[in-house]
Amino acid sequence: MSVIYLDNNATTQVSEEVLDAMLPYFREFYGNPSSMHSFGGQVGRKIRTAREQVATLLGAMPEEIIFTSCGTESDNTAIRSALTIHPDKKHIITSRVEHPAIHALCAQLATQGYRITELPVDKNGLLDLDNLEKNLTPDIAIVSLMWGNNETGVIFPVEKAAQMTRERGILFHTDAVQSVGKIPVNMKNNVIDMLSISGHKLHAPKGIGILYVRRGTKYSPFLIGGHQEKGRRGGTENTPGIIGMGMACELAGKNMQKENTEVKRLRDKLEKELLARIPQSRVNGDTANRLPNTTNISFEYVEGEAILLLMNELGICASSGSACTSGSLQPSHVLRAMGVPFTMAHGSIRFSLSIYNTEKEIDFVIEKMPGIIERLRGMSPFWNASRFSCVSK
Amino acid sequence: MWEYTDKVKEHFLNPRNVGEIENPDGVAEVGSLACGDALKLTFKLDENKRIKEAKFKTFGCASAIASSSALTEMIKGMTLDEALKVTNQDIAGYLGGLPDEKMHCSVMGKQALEKAIENYRGAPPLEEGAKIICECFGVTDKEIERAVRENNLATVEDVTNYTKAGGGCGSCHDAIAQIIEKVRSEPKTETKPKLTNIQKIRLIEETIEREIRPSLKHDGGDIEIIDIIGNRVIVATRGACSTCKASNITLKHFVEDRLKEFVSPEIEVEEVAK
Repeated sequence: MSVIYLDNNATTQVSEEVLDAMLPYFREFYGNPSSMHSFGGQVGRKIRTAREQVATLLGAMPEEIIFTSCGTESDNTAIRSALTIHPDKKHIITSRVEHPAIHALCAQLATQGYRITELPVDKNGLLDLDNLEKNLTPDIAIVSLMWGNNETGVIFPVEKAAQMTRERGILFHTDAVQSVGKIPVNMKNNVIDMLSISGHKLHAPKGIGILYVRRGTKYSPFLIGGHQEKGRRGGTENTPGIIGMGMACELAGKNMQKENTEVKRLRDKLEKELLARIPQSRVNGDTANRLPNTTNISFEYVEGEAILLLMNELGICASSGSACTSGSLQPSHVLRAMGVPFTMAHGSIRFSLSIYNTEKEIDFVIEKMPGIIERLRGMSPFWNASRFSCVSK
Repeated sequence: MWEYTDKVKEHFLNPRNVGEIENPDGVAEVGSLACGDALKLTFKLDENKRIKEAKFKTFGCASAIASSSALTEMIKGMTLDEALKVTNQDIAGYLGGLPDEKMHCSVMGKQALEKAIENYRGAPPLEEGAKIICECFGVTDKEIERAVRENNLATVEDVTNYTKAGGGCGSCHDAIAQIIEKVRSEPKTETKPKLTNIQKIRLIEETIEREIRPSLKHDGGDIEIIDIIGNRVIVATRGACSTCKASNITLKHFVEDRLKEFVSPEIEVEEVAK
């Protein structure tokens, strides 16, 4: 059975060009870039190229790029750095819809004497900048707000938010893991201090991430060790990963147009057709401020894990914000923060596309989804009851 | 992804007995949309007061649907008293096991069955005097106590996996810990976990091999297990036992007593017709 992969916010396929760029650096050019011999030195030069490729995509300077192991490490490094730089400031501002890399870290810091303010979002998942402004006090070490939400795709106005914190001398970090490669991110046009990226969300392999640190921003390393990354991140470089990341960023720049035309068109088609064909379904998240590849749809009166497993039988891959998929008993914290009713949150499915999806795949999903939902609604004790109540209204 | 057994997958993809029986003898609804799973169970009895038909409608994940399907298959042909003895362990065992985090799906099946039988009998709720411990999921102290007792649970996390209690705001964790402590300090025999059929059969064989057969062989006799139906162990006598006039006394007062002691107090030993 062929796989129809609509779960690209979870991870993506490594693109062919990226793999080709990486392969020689496993067996042929395996030298350590820190070595004195030219066998290692040639790898060091390749890392420089990769750093330039990343910097080009971000409109940044190569020395502002630090290679890490993943988005989570980048997020943790940024927050811990700010806390180390400002030992007297014990307050962090973030939002209620952050990725666990920020959310869980802040929850832990809250037990260690830090005050965490989580800004709420409205029913469409949008952030109120006036509310941010009201909360900006001198005791804040850092404000961290995600750029694009992994579950709904909703985009936060982080560039404006960074401007507000800059005026008050407060550090600003953004988790841009879902945004880079999908929407234009140009560090020349904003004053964001730190920004996290993950390789495997943009067709580079797992195990490589980036932390952008603006020149002049005070910084304290998280991993202490050798002088790699100019002493800003110890540990021997993941050379194939870094080289793959460089290539992936170059490709992301080239494919940005396609993400916002072709991928967006397929996403919109999928969303429109599913809403039209499946009664009592709705989109979660603001459709005007959204990543071009993501749609989060709730199908009322059915449960997300059951939907995913029936989709799985047809080779269709997606995700759900239902409680049952997470192992916890509460549905997604993002949907709850938006006030999505539990009845809707349990039946939410996230479809996230990539440039490798085809029209034929989307048509197949559009054709199969109504049957899946109908089959589960046929088993649901609430479905008939709700239909009758609608008729009587 | 959850590691579901093939049996869970099979019952999820081809659920048995989906629907609602018209004019049922017993009906129950447990769970809610907000909780993330809910089950409506209906059954009808035959002229011998055995369950002729049972149907379900379930809102929930794959294991909730599979547990409902398994339950309706298991209770068909049972009397209501027999059906009441079905535990959540039996439901999970029928499916070849459930992931720990999904055990509450089997507990939901058990609850629906009890409520449906209460509904038929018109009996007052069994759990009189119960009070809600987990406000988020509406779980009572009695329900928690029973889950701890029947499944030999030791931690708050276990209780959440089996009953959902404590899976929301977490403010009841201390109260749950107290219930666990209380139940676990009860005399040990009470907390003996209920066996699945396969575990029971294995234990019967082991007990005969270890505790019974050596004594019989000492006197030149032996027994052989012919069948095990529920708690009835059907045996045939061999060797000296087969001709001994007192073999019936041996079976009742030695074999059965040993099996009651080591397997379950409900075991009865019968000799196969000669």
